[in-house]
Amino acid sequence: MSVFRHHAKLETNVFLLAVGILLTVITGGLIEIVPLFTIESTIEKVQGVRPYSPLEQAGRNIYVREGCYLCHSQMVRPFKDEIERYGHYSLAAESKYDHPFQWGSKRTGPDLARVGGKYTNDWHVRHMINPRDVVPESVMPGYPHLMRPLSFNSAPAHLQALKVVGVPYSDEQIRNAKADLLEQADPAATEASGVVKRYPNAKFGDFDGDPKVVSEMDALVAYLQVLGTMVDFTTVKPEKIYR
Amino acid sequence: MLETLVNEVLRPLWGLWLMVLFLGIVFWAYRPKNKDRFESYADIPLRDDEDKER
Amino acid sequence: MSATHASAGTLGDAAPYEDGVIRKFVLAAVFWGIVGFLVGDFIAWQLAFPALNLDLEWTTFGRLRPVHTSGVIFAFGGCVLMGTSFYVVQRTTRASLFGGSGFATFIFWSWQAMIVAAALSYVLGGTQGREYAEPEWWLDLWVTVNWVCYLIAFAGTIMKRKEPHIYVANWFYMAFILTIAMLHLGNNLTVPAVLFGADEWWKSYSLFAGVQDAMTQWWYGHNAVGFYLTAGFLAIMYYFVPKRAGRPVYSYRLSIVHFWALIFLYIWAGPHHLHYTALPDWAQTLGMTFSIMLWMPSWGGMINGLMTLSGAWDKLRTDPVMRFLVSSVAFYGMSTFEGPMMSIKAVNSLSHYTDWTVGHVHSGALGWVAFVSFGALYYLVPKLWGRNEVYSLKLVSLHFWVSTVGVVLYITAMWISGIMQGLMWRAYDSLGFLQYSFIETVEAMHPYYVIRALGGALFVVGGLIMAYNFYKTIKGDVAEEAIRPVTAGAR
Repeated sequence: MSVFRHHAKLETNVFLLAVGILLTVITGGLIEIVPLFTIESTIEKVQGVRPYSPLEQAGRNIYVREGCYLCHSQMVRPFKDEIERYGHYSLAAESKYDHPFQWGSKRTGPDLARVGGKYTNDWHVRHMINPRDVVPESVMPGYPHLMRPLSFNSAPAHLQALKVVGVPYSDEQIRNAKADLLEQADPAATEASGVVKRYPNAKFGDFDGDPKVVSEMDALVAYLQVLGTMVDFTTVKPEKIYR
Repeated sequence: MLETLVNEVLRPLWGLWLMVLFLGIVFWAYRPKNKDRFESYADIPLRDDEDKER
Repeated sequence: MSATHASAGTLGDAAPYEDGVIRKFVLAAVFWGIVGFLVGDFIAWQLAFPALNLDLEWTTFGRLRPVHTSGVIFAFGGCVLMGTSFYVVQRTTRASLFGGSGFATFIFWSWQAMIVAAALSYVLGGTQGREYAEPEWWLDLWVTVNWVCYLIAFAGTIMKRKEPHIYVANWFYMAFILTIAMLHLGNNLTVPAVLFGADEWWKSYSLFAGVQDAMTQWWYGHNAVGFYLTAGFLAIMYYFVPKRAGRPVYSYRLSIVHFWALIFLYIWAGPHHLHYTALPDWAQTLGMTFSIMLWMPSWGGMINGLMTLSGAWDKLRTDPVMRFLVSSVAFYGMSTFEGPMMSIKAVNSLSHYTDWTVGHVHSGALGWVAFVSFGALYYLVPKLWGRNEVYSLKLVSLHFWVSTVGVVLYITAMWISGIMQGLMWRAYDSLGFLQYSFIETVEAMHPYYVIRALGGALFVVGGLIMAYNFYKTIKGDVAEEAIRPVTAGAR
């Protein structure tokens, strides 16, 4: 039984023990993670999912910074009650440009995967400054500090970093990052604005009720308003997203 | 070559291979021959000389 | 610094054990434990009374929650694991710590500084937005250096050992150190924005997105539980339970099977955090299958720990330190039954996103991790400071009961609120409409959030009792009740 003699070595040699441990623990991860990159059906082929605009991405970074994911999920499960409450169940494709993903693990507050378009900008701003002004029973913290100016000097650098990790920003989008960011929050923006051309269906205008300053609130509300709106489910055939 | 091996032999029967591996470890650990040796290892923490010191 | 200390062991001609750094880790563990419990309880009150968020950006639930989780896992748990592992590895190999006092002291202070830097960064808004992996890239690099040094000190000690066999507790420590290294590197692959000239130097973007990112994160997240909070603390069980009971572990052969089965099965369980999400079904099924199988080695380990006491059950009554250790193993058994059950997709469809998960985590974290740590600390402090026993065993007993009531309040409140919340979300009225709006389910949680926070407060009080007991022990005081022979057999 030579195998067992070898094992006697394993238990007396710390190096072999380490190798044995590493081999044992590495398999599960490899088998569960690697195929997600290689199996094509992992991410559904649907139209409409685009990279976030610079303003939306800045808002997303605030969402991450404030730890919103600790109380809000962004993942509607395929159950009747969740679909009725929140909308179509979430597709993998809808978070394919999310670095990092923000699916969350707890719903102290409701799911936000499809919050885009459900409430007005004004509602969001008032809710964020003091949630109990609009929802008296809410236990959410207030975020009055979000009314401060947004720091966006590095917007092109952030898009560049995202491009490196795989978000298909074009050179034009990166070059215009700052202008697009300002324009999206500009009350004078129209459907013909550059930002809307570069980011189809982007919501634009003054988000936070203060047209003079581009605030962190502008960015966060722009992000919330785009959540779950990129895929038009009236045109998606069920067999296209069935895996 | 490796891919065929993985796809046709290893993958479909993965449960079996794991079971074999597991039973191998159990067999090895519980072989009567190994009993006294292993159970003597359990005394390692207790053979600490520091308690006797005081 | 421990060379001439009374509690230093003898190694024949070799250098004595390096205990100075262990004393530091023990004190730091007590300190961070209390801080971590306190922050946790504060954010528990925030959920009951949102005014406690104070409308300040630094004190919102979202910024403080990582302070709590990192505080209890990496600060309290980390100090317990590093301290006990240095103690155990020296004594079971009969070798002094590799690298000596200076190296060990560096590991200690670097870890403490990292903890403070991480907590500050969370409060100021620096986070990767990944649960339990919140530290940003620059902290991740710091952790990596620290961890490699820790591995060198630990494995180096094993390499120069005088005992031919490597005792099983060291296997568990080794699996914990190596696997955490792998997970840490795999889950923190990010690209700092500063490389492209961004002013926000601390900010980075994860290499993966969406579904792949989610799978990587929960491969990490679940195995932080499996290897940090389970394998590491099982090592504590395999040394301190036999030591305190004065008898060898129930079955050494079972411990071998326990070890390999546990580390192999655990690593697959991550996808059960992603049931019914956009993660492909095959991965969810794998995660569920392995999670259920995991029940077996978990209970094998529990049996091994509990049965070590067979023939000496009276110690449960006479020795409160033993009571902490044994109850921790019982809690371990309970939460490792609950976990596989919650990983079944049908159960998970109800429990996921609710407080049931939070309750489950805390039955493991408070009942198992913290209790086994308390047991080990109560064992270590008198040893390390050359006392016969802690200042007062009565206070240990008080700590035990106060904390136990706290844990029971916590987990029962979360069971009720979690299951209730899950049922309310899916309830339909007679006309076929959803019966409750979301905010009605939030309102219904209020009483249970209060009960949970009260339970947490009791846990904090327990920690303070322990700190007082240690203060008196280290000072050299002996409570009057301690002058009796009840614990003579326990040592």
